[in-house]
Amino acid sequence: MAVKISVQHVSKIFGSKPLKILQDLTAHFDKSLVMKETQHVVGVHDATFEVNEGEIFVIIGLSGSGKSTLIRCLNLLHRPTGGEILIDGQNICDFSPKKLRELRRHQIAMVFQNFALLSHKSVLENVSYGLTIRGEVKAASQFKARQMLLMVGLDGYENEPISALSGGMKQRVGLARALANDPEILLMDEAFSALDPIVRREMQFELLKLQQQLRKTIVFITHDIQEAFKIGDRVAIMKDSKIVQIGSPEEILTKPADEYVERFITGVDRTQILTVRSIMVVPSCLIQMRSGPNMAIQEMKRNGVSSAFVIDHDLKLSGLVTLQDALKAIAEKLSLAEIINREVIQVEPSTTVSDLVPLAAQSAYPIAVTEEGRLLGIVTKVAILSTLG
Amino acid sequence: MMSFPENWSIDIAESIDQAIRTLGIRYEAIFDGIKAFVSFFLNSVEGFLFFLPWWVLLLMVLVGGYFATKRVLSALMFTVMIFVIGLFGYWNLMIYTLAIVFVSVLFSLFIGLPYGILMAENPRLARYSTSVLDAMQTMPSWVYLIPAVSFFGLGRMPAVMATMIYALPPVIRLTSHAISNVDSETLEAARAFGSTKIQALFQVKIPQAAGTIMAGINQTTMMAVAMVVTCSMIGAKGLGSEVLIAINRLEVGRGFEAGISIVFIAIVMDRLSQGVARSMDRKAKA
Repeated sequence: MAVKISVQHVSKIFGSKPLKILQDLTAHFDKSLVMKETQHVVGVHDATFEVNEGEIFVIIGLSGSGKSTLIRCLNLLHRPTGGEILIDGQNICDFSPKKLRELRRHQIAMVFQNFALLSHKSVLENVSYGLTIRGEVKAASQFKARQMLLMVGLDGYENEPISALSGGMKQRVGLARALANDPEILLMDEAFSALDPIVRREMQFELLKLQQQLRKTIVFITHDIQEAFKIGDRVAIMKDSKIVQIGSPEEILTKPADEYVERFITGVDRTQILTVRSIMVVPSCLIQMRSGPNMAIQEMKRNGVSSAFVIDHDLKLSGLVTLQDALKAIAEKLSLAEIINREVIQVEPSTTVSDLVPLAAQSAYPIAVTEEGRLLGIVTKVAILSTLG
Repeated sequence: MMSFPENWSIDIAESIDQAIRTLGIRYEAIFDGIKAFVSFFLNSVEGFLFFLPWWVLLLMVLVGGYFATKRVLSALMFTVMIFVIGLFGYWNLMIYTLAIVFVSVLFSLFIGLPYGILMAENPRLARYSTSVLDAMQTMPSWVYLIPAVSFFGLGRMPAVMATMIYALPPVIRLTSHAISNVDSETLEAARAFGSTKIQALFQVKIPQAAGTIMAGINQTTMMAVAMVVTCSMIGAKGLGSEVLIAINRLEVGRGFEAGISIVFIAIVMDRLSQGVARSMDRKAKA
């Protein structure tokens, strides 16, 4: 995957002498102390990350953590005090005003928290705003704007004034306006934060649906961890102007970098994000197909379990044997193959825990995790329950 | 010991007088140019208003009143008001007054709108200008008559200049206020989509600020109406001069007729321009 945006050691400090303050900053500065002593606000300090082409990269943090400042650096609405921002390998901080304007007109568009629509223009004029100012002829830009409105489900609203729309519809207009420019990069600054929960979920779904067709590179800002984990391919967590961890939702859930991240992710519905892979364990008791019922009983006794998975010679899962069945087999002189329960529940390692819960509820035994028939591990009910807590 | 020492004094009045006289003489050509320019406008507007048949003017008030207020009754009332001024026998005087108001408001806007925008874009200019505007607004209105007379003599032309300057502050103030209070996220959006400064100004800032700017224009118009009356003191013929005569001769009835005519004009102009402001504000704030 190609790197689309590369952010290298970007800092943004607000105040009269930002450069000097940046030089004096140590790695472990206290933001409020800097404010008190120098009247400078540290917006972002030493942010480094890369966004791959076609991925949704989410930056999350509480208000005042610098996430909005950081996203505004990506299209130079805020000019970084230090560091480089490379888009397709070119440092945009070196761009002339004209080149920067071209970048904003063609390559990078933005969606805003409070929609930032032009209330004196109609819906259609709003969507075609970016096209109009870059000098496209009216007919062409209106045609394109209509297409975009259709795409976000607002066809028929072309000539309505902005005031006639609900919040969700306004943000659809915002999204259509950004997409009309056909940008490669979409910056979304708390785009869904001002919407009520139901509309917000709808919009998240809509965004993911659009992204499947469009494959834009999206940088998305939010303060809602659920939202971040739901739509983000990768997530960066910010605290006090610094990025504290970058990783996929699952990486962050399973290996939080510090206590702050840990606290941040409490309350997240882990079952939606965690997959079977991260909670499965290697079974302590495995029985080879070729061994007889006697060996199976011994093996189970030794491990203190009442059932075990049976595998064949190349680790393929054959079925499950219980202690009871094994005892019966000895009494009736049956082989292992005749008594095993072949209809065991199997799941793939990429299954989310939330999908696993109903299966586990039906089954009296641990769940087998397999890949192309091979047993990789098992998930016990205890493991599932511990993710729920 | 209680009274202020008599021999402590500075006399700047004399030197100001001297400076004005010198200016007037040295730059006579410039002042004459301005005079010709303004008189040209004044004569054109007056000529146009006299050229219109009286009933066309009434019709314009009716239609304008309806569009501004969306109420037939208000529109009819405005028309009746102007009609009554005619019945008082003040039609021509009203036209004189209107012409001065129109021209001075036009010049005020011509200077005030761009200056207000400049102030919004330039915080330092705003800081300095605000104190000057404060001073201008606390100055009694007739003080403006003095320089107008010393540079341009008596008559309608200095009246236009004095009115223009007197009516200038509100439109500057409100334009500047409106432009600098346009929603910051909306401005960011304009920049983020690659607007040039000019595009951002004309397609985003001014339309978004239009409602408040119109309120400024309304206030400027009202101040101009008030000032034109005062300007009768320097020989600007119009409704104001009727009031002046009425005072001098103690003719209460005449004073009432002229006074009420001025009130009528003020009401009509206020409601018409406010209606425009409101409809633009609705559009911008929506």
